[in-house]
Amino acid sequence: MSSTRVVVTGLGVTSPVGGDVSTTWGALLAGRSGVRRLEAEWAEDLPVRIAATAAVEPTEVLDRVKARRLDRASQFAMVAAMEAWQDSGLADDAPDPDRVGVALPSGIGGVQTLLSNYDVLKEKGPRRVSPLAVPMLMPNAPAANVSLYVKARAGVHCPVSACASGNEGIALGLDQIRLGRADVMVVGGTEAAIHPLPMSAFAQMMALSKREGDPTLVSRPWDLARDGFVLGEGAGVLVIESQEHATARGATIYAELLGAGMTADAHDIAQPEPLGRGGSRAILAALRESGIEASDIKHINAHATSTPLGDTAESLMINDTLGKHAADVVVTSTKSMTGHLLGGAGALESIATVLALHHRLVPPTINLDKLDPSVELDVATYPRDLPPGDIAALNNSFGFGGANVAVAFASY
Amino acid sequence: MASTEEIRSGLADIVNEVAGIPADDVQLDKSFIDDLDVDSLSMVEVVVASEEQFGVKIPDDEVKNLKTVGDAVAFIERAQNG
Repeated sequence: MSSTRVVVTGLGVTSPVGGDVSTTWGALLAGRSGVRRLEAEWAEDLPVRIAATAAVEPTEVLDRVKARRLDRASQFAMVAAMEAWQDSGLADDAPDPDRVGVALPSGIGGVQTLLSNYDVLKEKGPRRVSPLAVPMLMPNAPAANVSLYVKARAGVHCPVSACASGNEGIALGLDQIRLGRADVMVVGGTEAAIHPLPMSAFAQMMALSKREGDPTLVSRPWDLARDGFVLGEGAGVLVIESQEHATARGATIYAELLGAGMTADAHDIAQPEPLGRGGSRAILAALRESGIEASDIKHINAHATSTPLGDTAESLMINDTLGKHAADVVVTSTKSMTGHLLGGAGALESIATVLALHHRLVPPTINLDKLDPSVELDVATYPRDLPPGDIAALNNSFGFGGANVAVAFASY
Repeated sequence: MASTEEIRSGLADIVNEVAGIPADDVQLDKSFIDDLDVDSLSMVEVVVASEEQFGVKIPDDEVKNLKTVGDAVAFIERAQNG
């Protein structure tokens, strides 16, 4: 692997707590939850009737005709990509399309298009199935649509690994630049799975919280009373590029993308390995690839989805890999506010990690009333300052299927 | 039976919904592809919506012959009368 330095120059978000980066970041710092009760008729019979729905409907932002040709997952990806591309300045700088690529997965793909067309098929017959169904539901549709928007011709990729997908997109983008295949990569992840079928399926896995009462109190990573995650939706997109390319055009640089570690558990199709050894190897691989020490890490945006097993396993991983330095790391789970964006999670949380380094401020984990005694972490429960100087941070994501992806960023 | 103008107007609304073309631009002499920028997948949507609205069948083999709005209106008129 070459030593090409890679930097983050553009950010875009549409999330349960905001329709753009600044609104989302403000909400995260304020500890504002995006978890809501699902009032729609389709949710009436579901065992779980809360979710972290998008704060801003993508159809309010996108052109009507463009939006109707996109699955909701692609709509979110487009909203976030448009913001990130504008933010990077590349919309005006017009880079060589042959040197621009996209790596932007979703965990589940265009499931709403698939299911709504199946409803049409059953009710009205095959002639009424949309001719746009395939290009809308295919898992690589979000990446492909973003490639059309930014005119990316160096490759369009969709590395799917369930809830680790977003981070895997970032890791693949980093590799593409370091392998000399692109100068600029538009990376991230998206998800739009708040629909009765996926919600029923996750509930049947006992993965979703069944907590009653105030929806904003349900997602509670590391809290003793946590009982499952809250499904979220939205997208995060980062523009990354070689430092050389970024500095040559005078781009604003948020942070450096140092490295990534990707491992697999080979343990169980859905359960995390109880000691988190696969995740630990991912963190160690990220440190190694980044050329940094455990003592350089001052912040971790954890995967911590609010499940009993997963949150504890991640605490073990962080302590195993960072040793005594784990005590100096301010950890947070922004999922306490955004819910779990599945394939969008790694991207949204990497953006939160980049902004935490940029502003030297860690957003809180809300609803942490009583820390689970099996968790040994310094969890931020209010916005916490990060120290000055050169510091690094990690974003962890773990996915069904045993995928573990840790991504390391540094202050710039 | 619908008049030529009623069919053109109904078709114009469908093209507007599917492709975002202003309904007033959808005139008989306009080509779907060259003038109205209706791509092949959108054309399938227009055809299926037209079948539903005008109560006709437009066979797949026929679609390639419907180059202009006038071609489509004429086909629908014939199909309704036949």
